Amino acid sequence: MPPDERQVVAASVTLGAAVGVFAIAFGVGSVAAGASVAQTCAMSLLVFTGASQFLAVSVVSAGGSALSAFGGAVLLAARNAVYGLTMSRHLGGRLPTRLVAAQITIDESTAMATAQSTAVSRRRAFWITGGSVYVFWNVGTLIGALAGSAVDPEAFGLDAAFPAGFVAMVVPHLESRRGRAAALVGASVCLVTIPVLPVGLPILVASVGVLFGVRRP
Amino acid sequence: MTWALVLSLAGAAYAFKVTGLVVVGGRSLPAVVERCLSLVPAALISALIVKDTLSTGDELVIDARLPGVLAAVVAARLRAPLIVVIVVGAGVTAIARVVGLD
Repeated sequence: MPPDERQVVAASVTLGAAVGVFAIAFGVGSVAAGASVAQTCAMSLLVFTGASQFLAVSVVSAGGSALSAFGGAVLLAARNAVYGLTMSRHLGGRLPTRLVAAQITIDESTAMATAQSTAVSRRRAFWITGGSVYVFWNVGTLIGALAGSAVDPEAFGLDAAFPAGFVAMVVPHLESRRGRAAALVGASVCLVTIPVLPVGLPILVASVGVLFGVRRP
Repeated sequence: MTWALVLSLAGAAYAFKVTGLVVVGGRSLPAVVERCLSLVPAALISALIVKDTLSTGDELVIDARLPGVLAAVVAARLRAPLIVVIVVGAGVTAIARVVGLD
């Protein structure tokens, strides 16, 4: 294995493990909120968008309506559409492959893939990272749903594992002037809109940073 | 929790993911769109870093995650391997929590 790929595997498993601990917390919370073990596992297998799942469960357990749980969760899931568009430039493959790839098109897999420098390594990083997160997320969910008691992911700083990983993954995108401009605008727009927009929208609005691509180089 | 909610969420989440990937597919797009799409990771990953570091729900907060992520920035600048950057970020945050910064 070339060093790059070894790094991708090591990082994917590390992130996957962190995801797994959150998944246990999700499984516990979901069952505590009144979902059955089957519903809890179906959510992780089929929805597979951590933030949306946490939000839906917390709205339902707080006595909110199914509609408001749905609305909030959908807003959080919407950015995956942008990731799908981005990954469509990098993932080859036939329709069935793409239909499977779609399910693991999330923050981690997109960020890890686009941080790689060649087409082959981008594809590989996408599948390794998406696959690792998918397995850990679902195994963790099952454990949490059955066991009913979780460790606190925050005690181990695992909530910081994701932004820390993203820091390393954004570095290759900052080499060009446009990349730096897009990053600065994306981060700034997200920061100022977090307090005023519904959860989930700030990330979507941060997409305006891509408009630096309009002008010809 | 109802099955209707579980399944409608599953459908909506998959619809988002699959649209760009399958509908646009590998087709070539106008150059201007390609240029903009190539900037998506820069804009969105940076936004994710801000959200994951400085917010809880719709509130801006400064807590133990900030020193962790700043340490990750230092590690990344020193060209540490990705796994080291991740472990440093989580580790410094965990330590910051132990010493009561939260």
